[in-house]
Amino acid sequence: MIRFDNVTKVYDQNSRPALDRVSLEVDRGDFVFLVGPSGSGKSTFIRLVLKEDRATRGSVYVAGQNVANIPSWRVPKLRRGIGVVFQDFRLLPNKTVAANVAFAMQVIGKSRAMIRETVPEVLKTVGLEGKDHRMPHELSGGEQQRVAIARAVVNKPGILLADEPTGNLDPTTSMGIMKVLDRINQNGTTVVMATHDNVIVNDWRKRVIELKDGKVVRDEAEGIYAGAQEDAK
Amino acid sequence: MRLAFILGEIGSGLRRNLAMVTSVILVTFISLTFVGAAGMLQLQINQMKGFWYDKVQVAVFLCVDTSTAATCAAGPVTDEQRTEIKNTLESPAVTQYVDTYVYESQDDALGHFRDQFANSPIVDSVTADQLPESFRVSLVDPEKYEVINEIFSSLPGVEVVVDQREILERVFSVMNAASLVAVGIAAIMIVCAILLIATTIRLSAFSRRRETGIMRLVGASKAVIQLPFILEGVIAAVIGALLASVTLWAVARFFIGDWLAREYPDTAFISESSVFLLAPGLILLGAVLAGVSSLLTLRRYLKV
Repeated sequence: MIRFDNVTKVYDQNSRPALDRVSLEVDRGDFVFLVGPSGSGKSTFIRLVLKEDRATRGSVYVAGQNVANIPSWRVPKLRRGIGVVFQDFRLLPNKTVAANVAFAMQVIGKSRAMIRETVPEVLKTVGLEGKDHRMPHELSGGEQQRVAIARAVVNKPGILLADEPTGNLDPTTSMGIMKVLDRINQNGTTVVMATHDNVIVNDWRKRVIELKDGKVVRDEAEGIYAGAQEDAK
Repeated sequence: MRLAFILGEIGSGLRRNLAMVTSVILVTFISLTFVGAAGMLQLQINQMKGFWYDKVQVAVFLCVDTSTAATCAAGPVTDEQRTEIKNTLESPAVTQYVDTYVYESQDDALGHFRDQFANSPIVDSVTADQLPESFRVSLVDPEKYEVINEIFSSLPGVEVVVDQREILERVFSVMNAASLVAVGIAAIMIVCAILLIATTIRLSAFSRRRETGIMRLVGASKAVIQLPFILEGVIAAVIGALLASVTLWAVARFFIGDWLAREYPDTAFISESSVFLLAPGLILLGAVLAGVSSLLTLRRYLKV
């Protein structure tokens, strides 16, 4: 589903590369934790998958397609196949929960009928039934992140990228978010989650890819956070 | 669905930036009014030139009933007199100065008069026999007007020899200068308008960066993301252009039509219909200016 082939990304010629000859492959339906200290290249990885940046060397393949070969006018189509969730939720503060989720469908031209049908369904999947008409500021952090997840998956992307989705949440709430992500993964969506949260990684025992200084230093199935522990907060 | 969505986005953008949008409307209004004023001056010049201006330099008017010149003592021009004048035009002494000449009968004169004064109330009260017949003469060298004047003004049957160019050119040079000034002011104002539109769109893009960021992430197309901003600028500019058109119409209707045309009944003036000729151009100009400057701004300040 996602393949990095000897990818190097240099932002600034004078400092070390953000990613240094990274090769890895994430299969359809995988759940992958991307761990490592700040500055290890996790966010760069996500940006390259979304084609927000170009790899300096090497190739990035998403759903079998080399993203370098996707012309700029086709990039939106690439992004429709990828949902993204951030640490800071990024909800629209002046729209209700349902409107925030519907927004993601409106802007790609989905019909009103389809939006009416899909939005409540997705809100139910993330555990927000009955909160359609709440405003984001009326919700807890965990609930806001659920709205963000609902928005990320409402267009049924094949891949969900989560950049520290539990970074602003307490452990109990984080567990709830993990359950939601796990459920989405069970439904066949590939999930890549960049995280600092050793408890979650150790509890969940999924595949762990550890980055350090832009290099893959560890890639193990059912791994633990261990290697990066000294950098964790 | 997408259309409704885009319209909604435009509405909220216009509301959010009301002060900036108002200033864009006013600046485009003023600049396009000056552009339109220059256009109207040029149309007025064309109107005053009438049928003959660009074709000949000198008019030899022949006597009619009401002529008072000494050469018209015998009343309206007779057939012999007309033939004599024509022969003179073709005599070797004259042909070296004359490029071509055309005879304009009283009926022709009425036709041309009606065209030129179509907007004036006097057009209905004029009949063919009030208008003199004439020979319209094009000179090899327009400076040699005096020669023609000397030869023809003393011939019996000739009322007067007129160098129309001489009279009108002075007026036209004033009007051309005025339209240059108008175009100059318009150019400066258009630069203002372009910069203001760019700033407005930039602010608008900044104040909606959350929305556009999310749109980008969920894969909205470039058009859906950019169109609301571009249309915001275009709508403001078109409103400005409409205001300019209304202003020019009012000038044509009330200043020219109701006042100038009455004060100077012997001059042909443009009517408000000339504004309908200019208005589509002004609106198009406004829309294109706003569209291009928004597009260029977005390319710099709105990542897609």
